[in-house]
Amino acid sequence: MESTIAAISTAYGEGGIGIIRISGEKAKEILCGIFTGKDNLEDRKMIYGHIKDPENGEIIDEVMAVYMKAPKTYTKEDIVEINCHGSTVSLRKTLDLVLRMGAVPAERGEFTKRAFLNGRLDLSQAEAVIDLIRAKTDKSFDVAMDQLSGHLSSKIKELRKSLTDVLVDITVNIDYPDEDIEEIMYSDMYNSLSQINDEIVKLISSAGTGRIINEGLKVAIIGRPNVGKSSLMNALLKEDRAIVTSIPGTTRDTIEEKISVRDIPVILTDTAGIRKTDDQIEKIGIEKSKASFNNADLIIFMVDASRTLDDEDMEIASYIGERKAILLINKTDLAREADTEFLIKMMPQCKVIETSMTEERGIDELEDEIENLVYGGQIRQEESLIVSNARHLQLLRDASAALGDAMKMTEMEEALDFIEVDVKRAYDLLGEITGDSVADDIINEVFKRFCLGK
Amino acid sequence: MGYELGNYDVIVVGAGHAGCEAALAAARMGKKTLIFAINLESIAMMPCNPSIGGTGKGHLVREIDALGGEMGINTDKAFIQSKMLNTRKGPAVHSLRCQADKQLYHTEMKKTLESTENLDVKQAEVTDIIVENGKVTGVITMTNAIYRAKAVILATGTFLRGKIFIGESSFMSGPNGLAPSVILADNLKKHGLSMRRFKTGTPARVLAQSLDYSKMKEEKGDEHIVPFSFMNDSLEKEQISCWLTYTNENTHDIIRRNFSRSALFGGEIEGIGPRYCPSIEDKVNRFADRKKHQTFIEPEGLDTDEMYVQGMSTSLPEDVQLEFYKTIPGLENVRITRPAYAIEYDSIDPLTLKMNLESRAIENLFCAGQFNGSSGYEEAAAQGLMAGINAVLKIDQKNPFILDRSEAYIGVLIDDLVVKGTNEPYRIMTSRAEYRLVLRQDNADTRLTEKGYQLGLVSQERYNKYLQKKEAVEKEIERLENTEVLPTEAEEFLISLGSTPLKNKTTLAELLKRPEITYENLEAIDNYPDRLTGHAATQLQVQIKYAGYIDKQLSQIEKFKKLENKKLPQDIVYGEIEGLRIEARQKLDAIKPVSVGQASRISGVSPADINVLLIYLERNRRSGNNEN
Repeated sequence: MESTIAAISTAYGEGGIGIIRISGEKAKEILCGIFTGKDNLEDRKMIYGHIKDPENGEIIDEVMAVYMKAPKTYTKEDIVEINCHGSTVSLRKTLDLVLRMGAVPAERGEFTKRAFLNGRLDLSQAEAVIDLIRAKTDKSFDVAMDQLSGHLSSKIKELRKSLTDVLVDITVNIDYPDEDIEEIMYSDMYNSLSQINDEIVKLISSAGTGRIINEGLKVAIIGRPNVGKSSLMNALLKEDRAIVTSIPGTTRDTIEEKISVRDIPVILTDTAGIRKTDDQIEKIGIEKSKASFNNADLIIFMVDASRTLDDEDMEIASYIGERKAILLINKTDLAREADTEFLIKMMPQCKVIETSMTEERGIDELEDEIENLVYGGQIRQEESLIVSNARHLQLLRDASAALGDAMKMTEMEEALDFIEVDVKRAYDLLGEITGDSVADDIINEVFKRFCLGK
Repeated sequence: MGYELGNYDVIVVGAGHAGCEAALAAARMGKKTLIFAINLESIAMMPCNPSIGGTGKGHLVREIDALGGEMGINTDKAFIQSKMLNTRKGPAVHSLRCQADKQLYHTEMKKTLESTENLDVKQAEVTDIIVENGKVTGVITMTNAIYRAKAVILATGTFLRGKIFIGESSFMSGPNGLAPSVILADNLKKHGLSMRRFKTGTPARVLAQSLDYSKMKEEKGDEHIVPFSFMNDSLEKEQISCWLTYTNENTHDIIRRNFSRSALFGGEIEGIGPRYCPSIEDKVNRFADRKKHQTFIEPEGLDTDEMYVQGMSTSLPEDVQLEFYKTIPGLENVRITRPAYAIEYDSIDPLTLKMNLESRAIENLFCAGQFNGSSGYEEAAAQGLMAGINAVLKIDQKNPFILDRSEAYIGVLIDDLVVKGTNEPYRIMTSRAEYRLVLRQDNADTRLTEKGYQLGLVSQERYNKYLQKKEAVEKEIERLENTEVLPTEAEEFLISLGSTPLKNKTTLAELLKRPEITYENLEAIDNYPDRLTGHAATQLQVQIKYAGYIDKQLSQIEKFKKLENKKLPQDIVYGEIEGLRIEARQKLDAIKPVSVGQASRISGVSPADINVLLIYLERNRRSGNNEN
């Protein structure tokens, strides 16, 4: 049986309205578990109801849902579509619930892939399907690398390492009964497993957009004076709050604003720039700029397309270094003087957006990008480890469930080889997040740590 | 110059554990078969430890037996001690291990070869294979005799360009002082086989009369003997003990002082040795903080005084061997009969083999055993059996016989070798099997005997026995599930075992699921006259007790099978498939996996590449349909 897959199938930024599509044998069952209108469901009929979390009864959204019976569907499998009318956040929450009910997150292109494999699409479309899959890997690989370059990745690797230790002990006990090896103490093993599980549970609870929704996404706008930082802030604020003049250095202090971009709470900081100055007051502002820059989840680096790049631009660029940032090329309504190509090459990790504050161009694109970064998980998170990728979250949940089973069996002092099955599963699931999934690790470790031989 | 000496269907080169199984399988499947040994006294020789079985390995022996192979039966004839290992762990890892009388093991196997219909046994050194149009058609011996064959199986063990190292000395030699096979090694390279160098080693043999067992701990065999072969329900035998003793700091000091004289550290050995079978100098070097290492003194047989010093393999010179052996309690006056040595040999890169163990480079040339980069008698025998079967199927133009990872340890072993390859002599371990709970040694017959029967390898007698057992187990499970026990009936029995008394009536099957209750002790409250014994009882017990876990694993297997059943044609040119990454193309072209599942186990093939393959297959399937 193929797994049942789910994903948000509409693009971001459609005013919070989105469709969640579920495909597979369990599609209907999953919907029925969370949909108040389930009794009215009929093949190919749009039904009104609420999405409700069965665990705590919380109403998540008011939706229209439709169930389409196989095989006359896009994927030739049972399909459910949920039209969510609330915010992006509730769309996310609904998807999350669907995954918790047993669906797995669809890979990009997976609906189309299934459509093809199930004989729905024309032969000529095969190439397109491959392109989709390919595009996905190349891109998502980058994304995965981005997300995992930080603390989350090393945290998961660390947890996996701890699981390796448990597995090595089990393996050696099973495969080398004659060797002079200490027998496994069930209580020790239980403690190790429960510590690892606690850490995973912590990751899960901090998951998704959790922290950002609670505390807000910290965005620092940086750029040389008069590049249009205050105008950008106003554009995002949709009101005139910062002073906007053309005299450099008007914004002497950092200005902090709490706003909402596509339902994402954002703490926006307009910095005073970091250029060298003798002005004492300005110096304080610059120090503050650097501080907010360092604390930011996301940096927006603005350059003025109508002026040639100067030392300060370069200084900022090198200050950003390899951090994730959006390069905002402003004043594109004026004649281009800046060598923006040079800057783009210098900062290949940056997303580039061209804007004109006076013509109000590019703001939408910026908002899209902020949303993508948050939900796509590309924001650097230093202190709190955030899991923002639905697939990763699901893998963590499954790993925790497997460890729960293993702990139960350890408590009952069941045979090691049964316990191993669940510990190994947790180990494999964590490996799927970091992309390491080689069972040989364990065997290598066995020989490294134990002296075995015939 | 050469002269014709015979026409055969199958020729097997080498009569070790792989060769014997290969030859017997081919002959029993009705093919005119010839097996060569450099020396007929080395048939089924055990040049290293005297034991057969153990974790993972015992599973292999059971599987060989279930398929109609010989190793289990021969071990039952020749063992002098039997032990079920891991009995305190789950049933999936219970592992049978026997100490065999080496001479008897050899004699019995030789008798079996000699008395098998369709099978000729010859002493000769094969020096070349005959290849015509990319296909092997025979072999040539040292005396220029030519033997023609439709298929040839190479099972040369450690003979191929064998080189022995003892301290500062080294010389060309096969195992145990037998002649090496050097010319064949050169010729195989000339034929384009991709060869490499592996290494292994063995400890010294010592005289029992020179040992003081009072300083060692006795290790007896099991009181209740479980036979290896499903053909034997029970066996009674007098058993011989093994003896446990330990090295100490003195031993280690001597070894350390002489590191420079070990061939291992002298840099002369180029072959790669197995990590799970390190020499004692390796152990002392790598685990410097260990104060002692254990060693079992194991009998080599009933009619010999020689003993095997387990765990003490070394390539230190003889004087050092004697000096450090003497520091071990009980070995103070030890007399060494054969020194420990390391041996290097040529083997083939198993990545150049197909799943049926046929060479990709030369058609109808099959390979098995240590020649394929494995280590161990049991691993060799398993491959030998499979190579023998597949050589016959190839001659008969039938589909190859391939066991997958969910069907047998044999499948895990061959899949690992052929798909993943190995950088050291490969040893089976239960941790290599993903579906361990299903691949138990107690149910090897349920998994494989039917298949063996269809191949024509399992005798009618064995098959009937298997059917009877199967039926008996099924019936007995049904009975246990339908026999109810009242709380009063079971109370005394449960309390005596420290088990909670019943509140309501329940079935015997339910009771059996309790950890402290076994099928055997359940007899106290179950006076049914026809209760099962032996293999059948074990299997029944496992099936009832662990049903939940087994079901969980069965559903994993179902998933695994889906990709395994998506077959990849062998003529795909991966280099031309758009969308595959370069690394994946190269690996796939080199290894030519038979299924999408197998492709997914190749290092360097990503999940996205697998998706591309799936699309490619579907596209091919449909364009195929369009043409029709």
